[in-house]
Amino acid sequence: MGVASIPVGPESPIQREYRPRTDFFKGICWLASLLTVLLLVCILLEVFSKAWPAIHRFGFGFITGVQWSPNREVFGVLPVLIGTGISSLLALLFALPLGLAIALFLSEDFLPAPIRQVIRFVIELLAAIPSVVYGLWGIFVVVPLVQQYGGILADKLGFLPIFQGPAYGNSLLTASIVLALMVLPTITAISRSTLVTVPYALREGSYALGATRWETILGVILPTAAPGIVASSILAFGRAMGETMAVAMLIGNSQRLSWSFLAPSNTLSALLANQFAEADGIQVNALMYAAALLVLMTLCVNIAGEAILRHTQKTTAGLR
Amino acid sequence: METLSNEKVTEDMIPPDITQPLPLTDDFVPGESNFIQVKDFKFFYGKKQALHGINLEIPSRKVTAFIGPSGCGKSTLLRNFNRMNELIPGVRHEGDITIHGTSIYDPSVEIIALRRRIGMVFQKSNPFPMSIYENIVYPLRIAGQKNRAVLDETVERCLRSAALWEEVKDRLHESALGLSGGQMQRLCIARAVASRPEILLMDEPCSALDPIATAKVEELIIELKKDFTILIVTHNMQQASRVSELTAFFYLGNLVEFDSTRKIFTNPSKKQTEEYITGRFG
Repeated sequence: MGVASIPVGPESPIQREYRPRTDFFKGICWLASLLTVLLLVCILLEVFSKAWPAIHRFGFGFITGVQWSPNREVFGVLPVLIGTGISSLLALLFALPLGLAIALFLSEDFLPAPIRQVIRFVIELLAAIPSVVYGLWGIFVVVPLVQQYGGILADKLGFLPIFQGPAYGNSLLTASIVLALMVLPTITAISRSTLVTVPYALREGSYALGATRWETILGVILPTAAPGIVASSILAFGRAMGETMAVAMLIGNSQRLSWSFLAPSNTLSALLANQFAEADGIQVNALMYAAALLVLMTLCVNIAGEAILRHTQKTTAGLR
Repeated sequence: METLSNEKVTEDMIPPDITQPLPLTDDFVPGESNFIQVKDFKFFYGKKQALHGINLEIPSRKVTAFIGPSGCGKSTLLRNFNRMNELIPGVRHEGDITIHGTSIYDPSVEIIALRRRIGMVFQKSNPFPMSIYENIVYPLRIAGQKNRAVLDETVERCLRSAALWEEVKDRLHESALGLSGGQMQRLCIARAVASRPEILLMDEPCSALDPIATAKVEELIIELKKDFTILIVTHNMQQASRVSELTAFFYLGNLVEFDSTRKIFTNPSKKQTEEYITGRFG
């Protein structure tokens, strides 16, 4: 845009001199963007072509089937789909309030800036811990905890299907707790960066109307930052769905359909990680079918996130 | 120094019906000559002194303009009437400001109640990202007003007094961010009068507006002075002469001259004022 406003005609010496270089860099940019799109298309094609025999043979029954028995060549992923959805949702449920609270804490001036900087750094370091280390930590810390307190939950709240016993250490709940920690940096970082961009004028306006700090946070700052908070949740949800190693180590890898959070379950990614190495024949195709479903789901989540973000950004455009 | 974080809102600070004037204003007499008094007021940003002993008596239901070159302290003074400056860390003041005889720094004066008595309009309009309706009822909602009829009545009253009702009455529940710049600023004025303040502080309210929108806001200011005591900071000399009855000229943190606008603009008694008015510096 800046270039367009310089009043030079098409024949100006400036443009003639710069055109070849501009064209060269433009070409590289085009190529790079094209490659990105091509890469996505290639991956999708590969996944779907490997999945095709299974798609052809099992069709929609693959999605609604509840049996996963490679020996009998019966493949149904409904329990795994449900496990994927519920573990991610639970993780989000745990991580969102905590992450949002931390983000608020880091964006307000309750603490001196240097201390906030340290906390922020530490939380972002959580994202740097390898998945397998989370898995190990989960085995040694969260599994015993869930075993111990899960029993109490099952005793007291066992009448609810979601807390039906017996309580296993390796369960949906265990995986969700660890997943929550893993997606916490995503939620905190994106929410915080949105919160700090809320214009100071809005805060000032709210105070000038006689609002307290909490009224200002709840009434003006959080609603203004809502698009970023929604985006952070959706990205965190997508990340939780795709997360593999830690979940594979903790969720118990059971394809049995169960609504209890205390029972072992499975997710698409954990299923792939656990079974792909020893799979052959139609089982490979079935796993690729599952992979295709996973890719579609994460793509849909991310597209939905983008759409929501764009829509809300449009309505708040006048602020900036 | 009080800060916002240790404020407490007690039950008696918030009147159950915010549309009624606050207790402090019961004996308010229209046309009082020393409605607002600034007494030897000094203000510091850290070590830097921004105001050097200001003395000023502002009458009620008049428009008083604060003029002067950038950095002269006019905005600083304006932002002290509702104690907005206290949001900035490291500030302190000496001297006193009273409104109808009560010091705004009196321990019995709640900063929240004070800000409800004093509406403020900023340089850049700052509507909240919510509907037009919700913007206006925001001060009532935080005061706990839930009565739908009162809220509806307030929205219409405020929009009418901001001369915006006819333009937006069919889209009250649409986002305020869809309004034009001038409409947004008038919405902010409407919001500022929602809690029925007595004083309106305006910090260069037209500096971001085009001439037509500016004219509308100026008309509005003249209309509003029937009900409010208006203090306006402006860089625009014509605006000061058009809308105000009294003008205070500030220079380097001092009040140089305070008189009727006509006197300031036609026959100022200080040389500095004359030089500024005629554009020789500033």
